[in-house]
Amino acid sequence: MIEERVTSLHGAGGEVMGRLLAERVLPRFAHRSAGRIGLSALDDGGTVALPRGAELVVTTDSHVVKPVFFPGGDIGRLAAAGTINDLAVMGARPLALTFAAIIEEGFPIADLERILDSFATVLDEVDSAVACGDTKVMPPGEIDGIALNTTGLGAADRAISDAEARPGDRILVTGTIGDHGMALLAAREEFHLETTIESDVAAIWPMIETALRTGGVHAMKDPTRGGLAAALNEMARKSGFSLEIRESTIPIREDVGGLAEILGISPLEVANEGKAIVVVDPSHADAILGALKCHPLGRNAAIVGTVTEEYPGRVVLATEVGGRRFLDMPLGDPVPRIC
Amino acid sequence: MCLAAPARVIEVSEKTAVVDYGGVRTTARLDALPEEVSPGDYVLIHTGFAIRRLSPKDGEETLRLFDELTASLAAGEPPRRDGSAASLPTSDDRADRDEQPGS
Amino acid sequence: MNGALRFADPKRARALADAIGTLAPTEPFKIVHVCGTHEMAITRGGLRSFLPETVDLLEGPGCPVCVTPAADIDAAVAIAQIGAIVCTFGDMMRVPGSRQSLDEARAEGHDVRTVLSAADAVDVARRADREVVFFAVGFETTAPMTAAVLLDDPPGNLSALVSHKQIPQAMAALLDLPDSRIGGYLAPGHVSTIIGTRAYEAWLGDRRIPTAVGGFEPLDILYAIALILRQHRDRSPKIENAYPRAVDADGNAAALRLINEVFESADTRWRGIGTIPASGYRLRASFAALDARERFSIELPPPRDEVPGCRCPDVLTARAVPSDCPLFSAECTPLTPVGPCMVGSEGACSIWFRYGGGRTLP
Repeated sequence: MIEERVTSLHGAGGEVMGRLLAERVLPRFAHRSAGRIGLSALDDGGTVALPRGAELVVTTDSHVVKPVFFPGGDIGRLAAAGTINDLAVMGARPLALTFAAIIEEGFPIADLERILDSFATVLDEVDSAVACGDTKVMPPGEIDGIALNTTGLGAADRAISDAEARPGDRILVTGTIGDHGMALLAAREEFHLETTIESDVAAIWPMIETALRTGGVHAMKDPTRGGLAAALNEMARKSGFSLEIRESTIPIREDVGGLAEILGISPLEVANEGKAIVVVDPSHADAILGALKCHPLGRNAAIVGTVTEEYPGRVVLATEVGGRRFLDMPLGDPVPRIC
Repeated sequence: MCLAAPARVIEVSEKTAVVDYGGVRTTARLDALPEEVSPGDYVLIHTGFAIRRLSPKDGEETLRLFDELTASLAAGEPPRRDGSAASLPTSDDRADRDEQPGS
Repeated sequence: MNGALRFADPKRARALADAIGTLAPTEPFKIVHVCGTHEMAITRGGLRSFLPETVDLLEGPGCPVCVTPAADIDAAVAIAQIGAIVCTFGDMMRVPGSRQSLDEARAEGHDVRTVLSAADAVDVARRADREVVFFAVGFETTAPMTAAVLLDDPPGNLSALVSHKQIPQAMAALLDLPDSRIGGYLAPGHVSTIIGTRAYEAWLGDRRIPTAVGGFEPLDILYAIALILRQHRDRSPKIENAYPRAVDADGNAAALRLINEVFESADTRWRGIGTIPASGYRLRASFAALDARERFSIELPPPRDEVPGCRCPDVLTARAVPSDCPLFSAECTPLTPVGPCMVGSEGACSIWFRYGGGRTLP
């Protein structure tokens, strides 16, 4: 049987594209709707019902991860979780996502279906819907496989920024650090490594919601590209205060640590896709930690530091052995150290 | 140029071994190792080649060296005169001592 | 890291720091190490926080990529321009040659590839229909791997551009430079696993410099520093083994056999230092067929190691620290490197930039 592949007609807006949407896309998404005019109407847009008095939060992301299917997930799961998580760390419940795909001609339709399934599964976990979408097909070679763009709409009672850390606040992470970035590195052929490290890609809204209900959250951020180090530095710069982190309290999986040793890359500098940094009022820290740990995604949550005024705008690492140094913004995609 | 991490040997073939770093596995070459290794041993690996066999017992011995040094210096042991060997144990002394009969 | 072989307990670190405190010299005392991995461990662990005011700890020529002379890079570039595939370690790619780097050669369309080990170059050669050259850089820890690969029936299209170097010779040479003021040496752990502590006797034996061979865990380094300071206090300098679990007096016989079968010592140029007698390895005559310098006839530009304004030579000879260079962190960053010390992942400037700017925090 010949493998079905995406052709230019699938993006042309005519009969072929219509059938693709009706037969492959809608059945996965049409059971949920974000408003009165939903996806199944295949109108020029969709409506999203906004709770009265809420602050509307919007975020957008493009996804070009390679490989498209990686240990622990795929680009569909990453797109959905990534956008939902951006809303979550703004303190917003996800109402609706858009789904735009730019696909290379020749892309296997079976792979497209797997990606759509992954996306839909994540949306179901958070009771959210696809409000609208778009499909484009590019000639072979003009795009590499598939790229996705998702825009998320969320509602917050009061949105939470990443800039409001205050002296005395406690800094929490919701789980193990470095899993996603290390999983993708480990999967690279040229390293000849065998490991069960998987991406942590997951939608964290339900877990974050329990933290928010506890109260006392001042700032949040999700440590994606650039890892924990980049996110902490941004929070320090924007708040104007100092973030003091205790290295020995940062939860890191043993195998992620082992891989870090081999490659000479720090788990603090690689992406996380199912974690958040939560900066909280000290009197609420234990209660929030407890709430996070009750959730399966938060079972490894930990208090990793404190906000101080010592080095405004900087992140200080109290090292495992008891030394102290600055933890600076990483430069870019870490390359394994050879020697 | 010294990046070498200790790994546990899982499986040994003629010239290579499968090794494990806390759950991550890879294959290392044994050309540069002077001794045999068996599953359960630890080895130091540099750019894909094993360079030294280690034993977890080495860990205890290492801690003992650290602790002996800090204890004796904390006790305020007086400085030695020029040219004399230190009487405090170091690894070199220990090796010599172990070789002497009746010690 | 296996727990039994991890040595980073803060209580013991405090105890070793106190011990170091009781040994603190009254005058400024400079300890030099010669291993990028030591600098990485020291800077990442914030270990300078534990040292007394009078003790300075600096990296010398511990970055093999940084001390590779421009002429060798020029040779690799020339070979790539002829049309061979050049395989090199990743951080060698952007080090400036006399005219250009290997990365620039690749951007021009020549085939330069990153490999993680000499064995990978063999894989490339087996799959390639052209000549493949392995740019063999590194100290004594890495030379045995190149030797093993060259002895293991390498494919006919593989040759090696050898640029390996030997560390004890450089440690001795540094002592003779003006203003070196080196008080003690922290010798490299895994180089010593290969060569043994006795190897330092030949080059440092009569120089009366307190020396300890150190491991790479935070406590290993603090312990080695304590031993160096104790030798200094007692005026009894020697070559002490502070890493006995991985180092012994005679080294790794199998690795040394590999090295001796394939290489012989040669006077070699170190970027930033100059020519140091007998400090490098070259292929023995019997291996001339595998020598890329024999296989390819290349024309080299006039060699130029220096980069204007860059203080790498002073950093490499432990007479300056990265923050002494006016370019550090300004024009010269890992993304916009000026000199080799910022390009090489084991270079002091690169490590200081990436791990806190070299500032010791109390």
